[in-house]
Amino acid sequence: MRAFSFGFAGALAGAIVFVTAAAAAIEIRVPPKIEAGGAFTIQTSGTGSANFYLLGPGVASKRTIQLSSGVAVAPDEVSNAGEYRAVVCAGSDCTSAAFEVRAGKPARLSFFLHPSRVPVSLPNAIDATAVISDRYDNLVLAPTNIRFEISGGSSPASVKVVTTDRGIAWMRLASSSKAGAVRIAAVLGDIQEPRIIHQVAAEACGLRLNARANGKKTVFDTDPVRDCAGNPLPDGTIVSFTKVDASGKTTVDAPLKKGVAQVELPLKGAARISVACGVVVGNELSLRGAT
Amino acid sequence: MKRGLPFLLTCATLILVAIAWIQSGALKRRAISSAATPEEAVQSLMADIQARDWDRAYARLDRSNDLEKADFIRDIAGSDGSLRTNGTLQSFAVWPLHADENQAVERLRMQWSTAIGSLDDVRDLPVRRDGAMWRVVWPKPEFPVVPPQVIAVNYLRWDITGNDRSQSWGAQAVDSPRVRIISMNAIDHFDRTIVMGEIENEDTVPAYVNVNATLLGANGSTIDEEGSFELISHTLLPKQVSPYRIDFPGVRIGSVKSVRMDARALLVPASADPVITVADQVVNKDKIGRNVLAGNLVNESGETVNIAQVLASFYDDMGKVIWVSSGYVDQALLPQIATPFAVDIPNDVVSRMKNYHVVVNHYIRASI
Repeated sequence: MRAFSFGFAGALAGAIVFVTAAAAAIEIRVPPKIEAGGAFTIQTSGTGSANFYLLGPGVASKRTIQLSSGVAVAPDEVSNAGEYRAVVCAGSDCTSAAFEVRAGKPARLSFFLHPSRVPVSLPNAIDATAVISDRYDNLVLAPTNIRFEISGGSSPASVKVVTTDRGIAWMRLASSSKAGAVRIAAVLGDIQEPRIIHQVAAEACGLRLNARANGKKTVFDTDPVRDCAGNPLPDGTIVSFTKVDASGKTTVDAPLKKGVAQVELPLKGAARISVACGVVVGNELSLRGAT
Repeated sequence: MKRGLPFLLTCATLILVAIAWIQSGALKRRAISSAATPEEAVQSLMADIQARDWDRAYARLDRSNDLEKADFIRDIAGSDGSLRTNGTLQSFAVWPLHADENQAVERLRMQWSTAIGSLDDVRDLPVRRDGAMWRVVWPKPEFPVVPPQVIAVNYLRWDITGNDRSQSWGAQAVDSPRVRIISMNAIDHFDRTIVMGEIENEDTVPAYVNVNATLLGANGSTIDEEGSFELISHTLLPKQVSPYRIDFPGVRIGSVKSVRMDARALLVPASADPVITVADQVVNKDKIGRNVLAGNLVNESGETVNIAQVLASFYDDMGKVIWVSSGYVDQALLPQIATPFAVDIPNDVVSRMKNYHVVVNHYIRASI
């Protein structure tokens, strides 16, 4: 159906361009400023009846009109912003007029905040992009100020105002040095779109292994595992323990629990125990167990 | 002519049935049903096991060691949802190790066909003379007993909510985890090119990872594209590292100009439980002379792990990954019980390797 509409519109528009030059008896007057979704009237001159055609983005309509009386265009006929053409044909004489429908008042704000998780202390790590559209989802191209309100985290609340360029406002932020949730809201008048971004601990720093006897076994645990800014790594992060002694090599991937990873291993003779978290290696202990 | 066709069809059917019977090994089983020698005794026993005729197999055994029939079946057929429970004995080989007038020791190599491929099991079986016959003394299995206890498990679990794709454009979504290939090495191995290395989940959430590699020729054209499939630990917890290996059968590395790597990660619900200790890892030779990395897996959780896969990466003295091996354990990992494992190492890797790292994939059958 849509293919038919566009095909019909294209053929008609081609014919109109040819015919318009020859026929100038009918005059069409269109309001100079039209907003998407706004009703308006097109004035025509002449006498008698004629066919009226309206062609535009996603629209192709036809009706019979009386010349010299206004042609009422309904809001839903011009809900899409873009170039339109009104055509009036009386017999074989056709006249057309082109007009532009612009986006209406800002009504919607689409806000993209990326990523949803970001390691701390990274420059230009957060992208915030806001796109303004009217109530018919037409991009509002007029320059408009968007307020980006940032709160939470270690830094005090702040506001950054960015003017849209062709309907889009964007900015980049560095992540702060403290882990936690940060709320960033894009605000335009009464419209507010809040998003939450989680600043998470970076790589482990100063990973430290301790040992203490517990009966026949030895308990190995880490100091609370933190990144270089002092943020604790989240529970569930894997810490790898490796023990090499007379019985061979033993490895355990233990998750952090309450910030600490812990394993219990038997020792046989001289043993070396090391610890790693991802690509970060901690200290190594040399111990002697029962032979 | 009227009776000729049915007669012909009957004959053809009988011939086909006979061929199928011979093909299925029944003739061989019948031929080795005697037990006049130690080797024949083991072969007869294994033929019955292959046919899953437990009564007949158990009847063949020397029961001087008080072996219970249920224990014998459990030892062979597996338990606790392990790989053996749905495997079949595909083939076996028997060869003598020692023999005198009344006793012998036979080495048995069983090849099991399972859901993940074939598994080898090598055992040394004592055989005793019983009059004119020989009988296998099946070693009495010692099944671990998990003492009744309460094991507190309070490791993290990650759930995902609000993954609603019907939401409007621009609605907030949760990003996929950040993963990174931390090493990659491409080698020529017999008839194939192998791409291997390690991948790390750098994020603070669990990731389901997959690594794909594309081999590119001299003119930039694609030679082949493959994924790591099962040779990777797909679920990686935060900061966890897994080896990966991608095989390209039939592609020689000389024709490869470059390799394009693609690591993909999905956010998935996961649990940090169970923790599996890989204990007593040593490189040695197994009973049939292959180089293996052997050790024990200890399931620190309170839940039985039905199937465990061991993935081992081997490094040279520069820390480069030179091989990735994989092996499945055919027994279930019971809580707190050490279960042996072994993965093969090629001869050329043994001479060059300096270090190794083992990770364990686990599969737990969901309770219904």
